[in-house]
Amino acid sequence: MTVLLRTEGVSKAFGGVQALDQASIDVDEGSIAGLIGPNGSGKTTLFNVITGYERVDSGHVYLGGKEITNTAPEKVFAAGIGRTFQLTRVFSRLTVMENMIVAAQHHERGQGRLRNPLARAGGPATRRRAMELLEFTTIAKYAGALAETLSYGQRKLLELAYVLMASPSIVLLDEPAGGVNPTLITMIADRIRQLNEQGTTFLIVEHNMDFVMGLCDKVTVLDYGTAVVSGPPSVVRTDPKVLDAYLGTAEDDDDIPVG
Amino acid sequence: MSRLSRSTLIRLGGLAVLLVIAAIFPLVITNALYTQFAVDTLIFVAAVTAWNLFSGFSGYISLGHAVFFGVGAYTVGLLTIHWKVIGGTIFALLPLGGLAAAVVAVPFGLIALRVRRHTFVVITIAIFFIFQLMAYNFSFTGGNQGISTPFFLWTAASYNNPFYYVGLILAVGSVTAAWLIRNSRFGLQLLAIRDDEDRARGLGVRTMRVKLSAFVISGFITGMVGGLWWFFIGQALPETVFDPNFDLSVALMGFLGGFGTLAGPVLGALVLEPLQQWEAITFTNGYVAEISLGAIFLLVILFLPRGVIPTGKELLTRWQAMRERRRRPAADGTAPPASGATVPSSAQTGGVR
Repeated sequence: MTVLLRTEGVSKAFGGVQALDQASIDVDEGSIAGLIGPNGSGKTTLFNVITGYERVDSGHVYLGGKEITNTAPEKVFAAGIGRTFQLTRVFSRLTVMENMIVAAQHHERGQGRLRNPLARAGGPATRRRAMELLEFTTIAKYAGALAETLSYGQRKLLELAYVLMASPSIVLLDEPAGGVNPTLITMIADRIRQLNEQGTTFLIVEHNMDFVMGLCDKVTVLDYGTAVVSGPPSVVRTDPKVLDAYLGTAEDDDDIPVG
Repeated sequence: MSRLSRSTLIRLGGLAVLLVIAAIFPLVITNALYTQFAVDTLIFVAAVTAWNLFSGFSGYISLGHAVFFGVGAYTVGLLTIHWKVIGGTIFALLPLGGLAAAVVAVPFGLIALRVRRHTFVVITIAIFFIFQLMAYNFSFTGGNQGISTPFFLWTAASYNNPFYYVGLILAVGSVTAAWLIRNSRFGLQLLAIRDDEDRARGLGVRTMRVKLSAFVISGFITGMVGGLWWFFIGQALPETVFDPNFDLSVALMGFLGGFGTLAGPVLGALVLEPLQQWEAITFTNGYVAEISLGAIFLLVILFLPRGVIPTGKELLTRWQAMRERRRRPAADGTAPPASGATVPSSAQTGGVR
């Protein structure tokens, strides 16, 4: 298997806080990779660095062998990385369909369509694809509604749907299961699996362990901005370093037998 | 579907009536005082719409559009004198005034558009004062004396008419430009920037390019308007064309009518500019107009923060929904509610908002 997305010794500090410290991860093409770690371990910062929202202090980011370190977000998206946010971010005063069309802009440009910027937003092909994706994410009936009228869970689905508009090679999901009901979590997991079967690679940050362990082929654990463990869920689950990361260092309480 | 086309017809019909009234206005009303009010109003319709197609659509509130107004005024003035242009030919120079303003808009935008919200507002004000100071201090701008028009060919009775019609063309052009942009891919990108700029970048929108384009288009129109104003008034002084009151008026008219809407800025200009002019000639104290401008600003912020058009539309929708609700059980108590009734009426995409 070839590596699609790779970070190499990425460091990023905010003032005195070392958010990322030589973080190196890699995501195989066609896989669903998980990224876990305690709060403040640098997961979202790593996403921001990969997608160009933050600049690295040192280190490199590669997508399919091409270096994309410190590339602007719009170019990262064009290169094939889609991304959702932990707290969903949709265009609240645009309709759901308009949200989808915004995300299709690059795609339309790539097809050589709509060279004329005054052309009506969203050609028939774009609208058809948008409708398909909205149906796929079960929110097609809200296509004409303003995005601000959607519930939190529906916004998460919209975010997933419009990221898919550009047919990205890899999608970075920041807590897709956070704050949504169990039925919806199952549905989201199901959709991710379907997309993955069609060839989309995923990198998922999530605190819901059942979700991560059930879905991912490989899980990487971040602690204090460093990738400490990486491997299949079954291995990671029992690794002492992971327990350290989540529960505190075992050295402090050596005399207490673990397990 | 039929309802949609009916509302479109009503809109188009209303627009046609409005245009006909505008076209025959100076033929019916020949009082020079009123036609002068009308010219000023058209100038502001064009200017507020131009301001709105940048600020209203992108959410970046500019209080520096007087820079474009002034640059347009000085450019047309200087070219008129330099080339010794006389009479109606001066109108042909307006696009050059717009062009000069558009050229200024590029570095202005590249600097100011790097920052957002409050900081952006402050930067635009700062750049505005730099231009006013330059107008005072450069020799080619005529310093305190400013630039006056050479002389006039038209008789006093119909003096205002050419200005009126050129103003009307600018106003219609400005509204058309805003309408085209609002319904285009470019316009959708601007609205996405207004809602969440970083998210828009992450979806492939080249935000700087989009913002700057809107700023330049807006500056171009405002520059032409400034040129027309110079020709109409006959003089450009640093304090009258680089006028902070222009910035405030434009923003207030936009907010009053409806920030980011198409009809709002037009309505705001139609209401406020005649009011300002009337106050200026009615009260001997020249500050009354300015004080009332401030008072209206406060009232709008307190009671109509979204403007007349959006608030009015919401009230209308609510009233319609109430009527609908009252009628339905009376017609048939057992009928299930209409499907899709949960989708709000703002659903029609691409409509005139």
